[in-house]
Amino acid sequence: MASGIKDKVVILGMGCSKFGERWDASPADLMSEAFEEGLADAGIEKKQIEMAWFGAGIDAYNVGSSALPLSIALRLPNIPATKVENMCATGTEAFRGAVYAVASGACDIALALGVEKLKDVGYGGLPQRTRGVENDMYWPNLSAPGAFAQLASGYRAKYGIDPADLKRAMAHISVKSHANGAKNPKAHLQREISEEQAMNAPYIAEPIGLYDCCGVSDGAACAIVCTPEIARALGKSDLVSVKALQLAASNGEEAGFSQWDGSYIQTTRVAANKAYKEAGISKPREELDMTEVHDCFSITELVTMEDLQLSDAGQAVRDVLNGDFDADGRLPCQIDGGLKCFGHPIGASGMRMIYENYLQFNGRAGARQLDNPRLALNHNLGGFPHQNICSISIIGRYE
Amino acid sequence: MSGITAYGAYIPRSRLQKSAIADANDWFDAGLRSLAKGERSVCNWDEDTITMAVEAGRDCLSGLKGAPVNALYLASTTLPFLDRQNSVVVSEAMNMGSSLRTMDVAASQRAATTALISLLEGGAAAGANALLLASEHRRSKCGSRSEMLWGDGAAAVAVGDENVIADYLGSETYATDFVDHYRGEDSQISYEWEERWIRDEGFLKSVPLAVGRLLEKTGVKAADIAHFVLASDQARTPAAVAKKIGIKADALADNHIADVGVTGVAHPILMLTEVLEKAKPGELILLTGFGQGADAVLLRATDALASVQPASGFSGALARRREDSNYNKFLSANNLVDRDVGKRGELDKQSYLAAMYRRKDLLTGFVGGKCRNCGTVQIPKEKYCINPECGALDTQDDHPLAQARGRVMTWTADRLTFDWNPPAYFGLVEFEGGGRLMMDFTEVEPGSVDTGTEVSLHFRIRQFDNQRGFRKYFWKATPVRN
Repeated sequence: MASGIKDKVVILGMGCSKFGERWDASPADLMSEAFEEGLADAGIEKKQIEMAWFGAGIDAYNVGSSALPLSIALRLPNIPATKVENMCATGTEAFRGAVYAVASGACDIALALGVEKLKDVGYGGLPQRTRGVENDMYWPNLSAPGAFAQLASGYRAKYGIDPADLKRAMAHISVKSHANGAKNPKAHLQREISEEQAMNAPYIAEPIGLYDCCGVSDGAACAIVCTPEIARALGKSDLVSVKALQLAASNGEEAGFSQWDGSYIQTTRVAANKAYKEAGISKPREELDMTEVHDCFSITELVTMEDLQLSDAGQAVRDVLNGDFDADGRLPCQIDGGLKCFGHPIGASGMRMIYENYLQFNGRAGARQLDNPRLALNHNLGGFPHQNICSISIIGRYE
Repeated sequence: MSGITAYGAYIPRSRLQKSAIADANDWFDAGLRSLAKGERSVCNWDEDTITMAVEAGRDCLSGLKGAPVNALYLASTTLPFLDRQNSVVVSEAMNMGSSLRTMDVAASQRAATTALISLLEGGAAAGANALLLASEHRRSKCGSRSEMLWGDGAAAVAVGDENVIADYLGSETYATDFVDHYRGEDSQISYEWEERWIRDEGFLKSVPLAVGRLLEKTGVKAADIAHFVLASDQARTPAAVAKKIGIKADALADNHIADVGVTGVAHPILMLTEVLEKAKPGELILLTGFGQGADAVLLRATDALASVQPASGFSGALARRREDSNYNKFLSANNLVDRDVGKRGELDKQSYLAAMYRRKDLLTGFVGGKCRNCGTVQIPKEKYCINPECGALDTQDDHPLAQARGRVMTWTADRLTFDWNPPAYFGLVEFEGGGRLMMDFTEVEPGSVDTGTEVSLHFRIRQFDNQRGFRKYFWKATPVRN
């Protein structure tokens, strides 16, 4: 029986670029911005990095294929560099590659870096792109909000929830994240919004309105990881370690067979159970201090609270409206502003979440600093509610 | 004796109010106002001659008893493909197998009547049926008389020698190169000559000539004709022709100019389907087709007529309507304006013919799989059974799902993605008997779809690959309206 990843790898340093419409920044500029911060934070030299994992989501509009864009941008000294892509879990996947390499003993120090340049496309929202030769022939031409809006229809139907109540809870989620993002100098969107604004914004995909959608931004984030022993040998104390890294991929059953009713995310439930087990967490509501979940749309965050067992089935609307996940609630969610305010540069998002964990654990989160957090859960969801990739990372203080 | 054995009809739901055409155009041509009575049928952006033919064909098959179909002819002057057989696309969408004779008949407004004659004269093998589909989606110039008088639609009749509902008594054709209008190989829109000349030298000469020969040959008196079908966008011409021949005025079949519009090649057959709904056993039906001369076909309703009723038929198709007053939308759907479709609409829609052929059972036939091991129905049909309790390899038999009803599980109205008629409606549909698929919806109005809504499946255009002059089809879900 495998023992899992818990406490085998720690974070030596992290970096995160300013997220936003970085019209004047190339992907290489964003990469170096995150990397220089991470390298300085780790207190090592570039040549001490032995392996690299590179996360980039959309080939056609970003940097192209392979890990060469990373290796060339950072002038890495011909070390093994691997590109990973797993939809919206891409950033976390790059992190997982680096963490596993260190844990295996294949190298001492590894880099994970994710970048996405979304704003070169020329229009709002995620780029329209091909889903492959065969899929393009019969899949609906659904946009991301069009895919996730369906969660609302499934959730409403299952629990008999009044559309206006669900919409109000969705609005609360966005208002909360904007309030958090307003305190984060690296966020793309740094202003508060009102519930009324969120409720009355035009529909993008019924019932998702403009403020139910996360931003669309350019950005990069990176992590340099090693074993606890090496970190200590390099003079680090108050370490932050990886407690769990789990991934669940759909196999088509939700979309084509099972009893799935469109009201929840099957893979999140699977990955959460495995992650809690790997991290040794039995009571997530009590043990976790913060979550960063994949709030591509407010409805995704709402449903995810149940899938992560942080709300009871059918009770997320109540808990959200009760402020349970607000900055001062029982379990703050998106204390950094989330995808809502950071946007979702796909390759970077997963590591941007871990970056916030890392800042919070080190007491470096400024105006949004939580009171002595020790354990955080991060969640990414790539694809569509009916078929997707879910990644969960649990990060905590190394004790 | 051979004859008609079944019939079916299809009229697009959208009915453009003719007043909208006049409102937009009478500044230029005040005469249009006098034609602006009622409404005309209009293809949705995702409908064309092929998709309408499939609908009419399915309607016809719904009433057809017994015998197999061994031939399918598609008559139209608006075939989407000039070099790719359109009728075989239709037959595959109708899941008719690969051992029938398919053929496209085109290039004249009497294409359908001529094709019907050829089937009646021996097109169907003994004991089998042949299907004639006539379908038309004509484009006309903005603000033209044709725009006001024409409609889109399709109709179907089956021909066979068993369970005949209208006996075939004979036919005649008068062939002459009378060019009342024409459309050359490089044109999208026909060019017409003067209406009065077409009436006097065309209709009033060609039709009586062909009919006269037929009546003489069959020994039938004009006054005995109970139903006279003559398609024309000239409102008073059919009556003038009938009078000239000696056919009773009350035998005239309605051209439905004010509620459908003249549907080109499909129109004689569409009018025939309405006649077949109304005719009584023993009544004589004279079907004519005008274009480069005239066809005349004499039929006699049999006692079996009432026993064959299509699911929709002409009256069902006529009643299934949605009023539309948006003239701009009509122009857009017919490519008569250069609409800014936005950058999302610019994405290349490259067609991959090898992959399309490999997947044509799914794409054209909506054929899924049913596991021999566990009975699970699934679409698409893949290598491993989708039931996790089974998971067997290569155990799926073909399982057509096009006729299945489904229920909406999840849905949305997407205003971000590109669609020719936003918002794009789509969602997860679960089919009765099993299987589910995330698919596009069509013919949805606000409020007509929710979780639990019953849907039926329809063959529609999915995408235009304008860069390469191709169009792709797939099945879409439509709310069932009772």
